[in-house]
Amino acid sequence: MNGNNENVLRVAMPKGRIYKQASQLFRDAGLPIPTEYDDTRKLIIELPEAKMEFIMAKPVDVPTYVEYGVTDIGIVGKDVLMEENRDVYELLDLGIARCRMSVIALPDWKQAIHPRVATKYPNVASAYFRELGQQVEVIKLNGSIELAPMIGLADRIVDMVETGQTLKENGLVEQTEIFEITSRLIANRVSYRMKNERIQTLCDLLQETLASRV
Amino acid sequence: MSKPKVFEKPIGVKDYLPDVVKKLRAVEHKVLSCMEGWGYEQIITPTMEFYDTVGVASSTSDAKLFKLLNNRGTTLVLRSDMTAPIARVVSSLLKDKQFPLRLSYHSNVFRTIEEEAGREAEFFQTGLELVGDSSPEADAEVVALAIASLQAAGVERFKIAIGHVGFLNGVLEEALKDRLDDQASLKEKLLRRDYVAYKAQLNQLQLSDTVRKELSDLLRLRGGEEICEHALTVSNNNTAREAIKHLCEIWAVLEAYGVCDHVLIDLTMIGDFSYYTGMTFEGYAADLGFPVVSGGRYDNLLSQFGRPAPATGFALKTTRVLELLGNDQDEQLQKTLIIYDEQGRLEALQQAQALRAEGHHVITSKVSQLPAQLASSGDMSYQGVTYTAVKTYVGEGEKV
Repeated sequence: MNGNNENVLRVAMPKGRIYKQASQLFRDAGLPIPTEYDDTRKLIIELPEAKMEFIMAKPVDVPTYVEYGVTDIGIVGKDVLMEENRDVYELLDLGIARCRMSVIALPDWKQAIHPRVATKYPNVASAYFRELGQQVEVIKLNGSIELAPMIGLADRIVDMVETGQTLKENGLVEQTEIFEITSRLIANRVSYRMKNERIQTLCDLLQETLASRV
Repeated sequence: MSKPKVFEKPIGVKDYLPDVVKKLRAVEHKVLSCMEGWGYEQIITPTMEFYDTVGVASSTSDAKLFKLLNNRGTTLVLRSDMTAPIARVVSSLLKDKQFPLRLSYHSNVFRTIEEEAGREAEFFQTGLELVGDSSPEADAEVVALAIASLQAAGVERFKIAIGHVGFLNGVLEEALKDRLDDQASLKEKLLRRDYVAYKAQLNQLQLSDTVRKELSDLLRLRGGEEICEHALTVSNNNTAREAIKHLCEIWAVLEAYGVCDHVLIDLTMIGDFSYYTGMTFEGYAADLGFPVVSGGRYDNLLSQFGRPAPATGFALKTTRVLELLGNDQDEQLQKTLIIYDEQGRLEALQQAQALRAEGHHVITSKVSQLPAQLASSGDMSYQGVTYTAVKTYVGEGEKV
């Protein structure tokens, strides 16, 4: 399942926005990753020069691939890790795709009698409010979460905030930051032991690159 | 949830069809006889136990236990592992038996799972417990036998990583004297395998730079025997040093067993601190994303059942091992078909019994007349099954 070739490292890469930043980081670390794949529609990219194979996955699925060991390592946002709660090693903060998870509401928000929270991250939201000792009804939405307080589906939302531009344009305010989000390097439990040298070397390389970026 | 459709079963449980059962039984048999060769005797305990005894004592978290009520309203659990039930038996039915006790098992165990996760709610474990011996020899015996079991099961490429909870406990105790909360939260992060959060917390804690670096370098302490020597230089704490010495001795015994090729020391490998008290280990197979074997020393469990004793053991995840063994055509079974009609019945069934006594697998089928394809072409398949021999006792008598 981990691929028969022990020399090839299988990497679950998030498709889209984060891929470009992640592959650039790999290039900065000296790995021969061509730029030609930045906009590819291919799902599996073989990189014999780097002795790697990229699996282009939907970001939210990356921890699943890694937990099951169909890929050795993966790159994924902390938001997904918090929501999915998969049993994987979280090895390195890559510092890319930086944003935050926040509680958002209309400016004139008042504590509702039956508080409702709309979010794409029901586990994160439930855990956060439970920790605060508040019982809220969590409503799972799949996109345009900002709509919920504007049209009265929920009085607050829990969502990712990058620049805050969308919030501003829709007249919403950020109430509290729950946690900071960056992309992380994660590894499968077995691969981390069976391919430890490969993974540790990559980890060190990336860490040096990150240190020199600051 | 809507009413289940007739083919559905609860999430996380499986049917095992004949081909898979054959493999499962073969693995079970090979592993148990391997353990028997080391003097371990098999034990069977009930599927259900009391929540307040075995349920509470087991290492499985409360949320993952299957709980049910009996007709008196007492909470029961479906066993989540075999270690706690064996501790109960050792402390009660076997309480007059002298230590050390060597017990093995093959059994289904139960864990609740979250929906859609695709994990298993019922699976098989083949394992053993060595109770009443705290020596490194005992730990090494268990590790060596885990290796032998994997080999017996037919797993070819695998590695065993050994760690020791005492090392980390000691190092943290020394670095963060009397700051128990900080120690606990660092351990919790390691247990969650969240190295990012571990390092982030180190950066926040008030520590000298040397200690901070030392604690962060813990994450790299894995390799061969040399790791033990290196680890001795890391800490002067007694608990940590004792742990490393114990590991060194285990290593020496494993060397004598000649199995060190399969073993690596990994001081970052830690099990549940509230449960394991000493050496812990995990086995990884090259083509499987999850560990295939895990075990370690748990010296506090038996005291919960009133017979304090050191103990060590492991469980092989038999169901996962099956995934590793391909569909290699095992020896084709010799199956004989005997077809008979009313006239030929006596002779046919006597012949069937005689053949079975010789160890053949014989299927009999009564017909009113000889099926066309068997009569004509010498075709050996009948009702969807191919046979190695067909005998008929129809009409004019025996025909092969």
